[in-house]
Amino acid sequence: MTGAVIALTAISIIIAIGAFVAFYAGARYKMDLEQWTVGGRGFGLILVWLLMAGEIYTTFTFLGGSGWAYSKGAPVLYILAYQPLMYVIFFFFAGQLWEVGHKHRMQTQPDFFRIRYGSKYLEAFVALAGVAFIIPYLQIQLTGLGVIVEVASYGAIHRVPAMLISFTIVAAFVFTSGVRGVAWVSVIKDILLLFTALFIGFAIPHHYFGGIGKMLTALAQAKPQHMVMPGSTPNLGHSWFITTVLMVACSFYMWPHYFCAAFTARSGDVLRRNAVVMPLYSATVPLMFFVGFTAVLVLPGLTNENLSLLTLVRQTFPAWFLGIVGGAGALTAMVPAAIQVLTAATLFIKNFCRPILAPSLSDHHVAKLAKATVLFLTALTLYFAIYRPASLVSLLLVGYAGVSQFFPGVIFGLFSRRVNATGVFAGLVTGVALASFLMLTNRDPFKGLNAGFIALCCNFAIVTAATLLRPAALSEPTEAQTVPV
Amino acid sequence: MKKPSLASLLLGLVPFIAICFSVPLWDRIYPTVFGLPFNFFWLISWLFLTPVCMWAAYRLDVHPAKHPTDSRGGHP
Repeated sequence: MTGAVIALTAISIIIAIGAFVAFYAGARYKMDLEQWTVGGRGFGLILVWLLMAGEIYTTFTFLGGSGWAYSKGAPVLYILAYQPLMYVIFFFFAGQLWEVGHKHRMQTQPDFFRIRYGSKYLEAFVALAGVAFIIPYLQIQLTGLGVIVEVASYGAIHRVPAMLISFTIVAAFVFTSGVRGVAWVSVIKDILLLFTALFIGFAIPHHYFGGIGKMLTALAQAKPQHMVMPGSTPNLGHSWFITTVLMVACSFYMWPHYFCAAFTARSGDVLRRNAVVMPLYSATVPLMFFVGFTAVLVLPGLTNENLSLLTLVRQTFPAWFLGIVGGAGALTAMVPAAIQVLTAATLFIKNFCRPILAPSLSDHHVAKLAKATVLFLTALTLYFAIYRPASLVSLLLVGYAGVSQFFPGVIFGLFSRRVNATGVFAGLVTGVALASFLMLTNRDPFKGLNAGFIALCCNFAIVTAATLLRPAALSEPTEAQTVPV
Repeated sequence: MKKPSLASLLLGLVPFIAICFSVPLWDRIYPTVFGLPFNFFWLISWLFLTPVCMWAAYRLDVHPAKHPTDSRGGHP
């Protein structure tokens, strides 16, 4: 057997086990809309932890983290900085969010905006923006999958058929098992990822330099400018670091799919305890950076930075091990992809189509149409991944800057009774427009500051001004009143 | 669920200062600790110190009655 066959067999076995677990976990429950989207709201500490960890460790951490360390150097530290901080922010609003969600049976992020602000147009805008920002994120996972299979097959399988196969599996398991199936696949994925990250993170620097410390010492002597900001980039300095870390830490739980995860928990306390311990899970992330740093010295001049980890693994270890790393990587792309496509489909039907186009749709029909939309969105993303790969990175940055604009509406909505729907709507539209404009015209970073951060500040200013000028009356007879403050 | 107390918010501010705002102070290679450049060592240690801060904040908010000095803990 050739190396490619061995590696691909290992990947296929891992994916098959993952798919089996997903189908099995979902098969034991009747799939109505509530079970499909929020797992019947019965997840305990462990399952919520698995679901959140499963969503957070995406292909970007695995391939992108090592890739940034390889090509950009110290600015990659922003990943290590925003991860603990986003849990700090989440800690402070998770309890309130869960309580409101539980009380009003919320399933999605636009549900929150409709119920809190009493506006179906705000709901529809949030839904549509959410779907638009998720698609490029989905595309990242898809492209990652393609890259993994291409490298693991030693170039024998082109990335297009590779993406086609893996996404058929993703769509199939979302279709049948919903969020519960996905949570259990995370178990396999996390064990594999932990094992491979620990192993290659220590073994690769050891193999070439005799240890992580010795590798870093060698790199600090050979390229000291790579190890402090702005690293090997012209403009990613300290002001960029601070604004980016703040923006991403705020926006992370504003991704519609992470936001929803808060509703799967059994209680608000489960979420808060999770937020306390989650930073520990980031401990494997620096190991990915060390692999990228080893590649700087061992494999200089790669044209595609995202290939640095897999190419180094292929060069250092036997084919079966490349297969295991590839399988872990494939699940790391498929679990978040499944969650993302599930969320986007639900948002599109439940919160955009129903309130605007067909108010009489029953929950039963929403669930059916959402499943059909899973196929449509998967196909759409495949199309973008195959035909528009160049614009991918810029689109993802727009996505992050875009979802961060939900933050003021959520925070003010949870903690202030005076905020009004018009102000939130105006701030949101301005923020999204400004962020998109700065990003799409290549003005990020703008004067050394993160463009999404600038848009977020404008958004906050507008909401605050609107609240001060026209505070919502406390006696206003909307549902907002019932939101605990 | 009650609003977060001022004391727990201050505890939450600690990681922000250490990890984010103070970047010019710790973004350096030397002194290296356990072979790690100082900036890496610093951020990795805060992966472990952040849960300590947040655990303290959690304890504060779960048992606000034990901290009568915090005026916002009881009646929002």
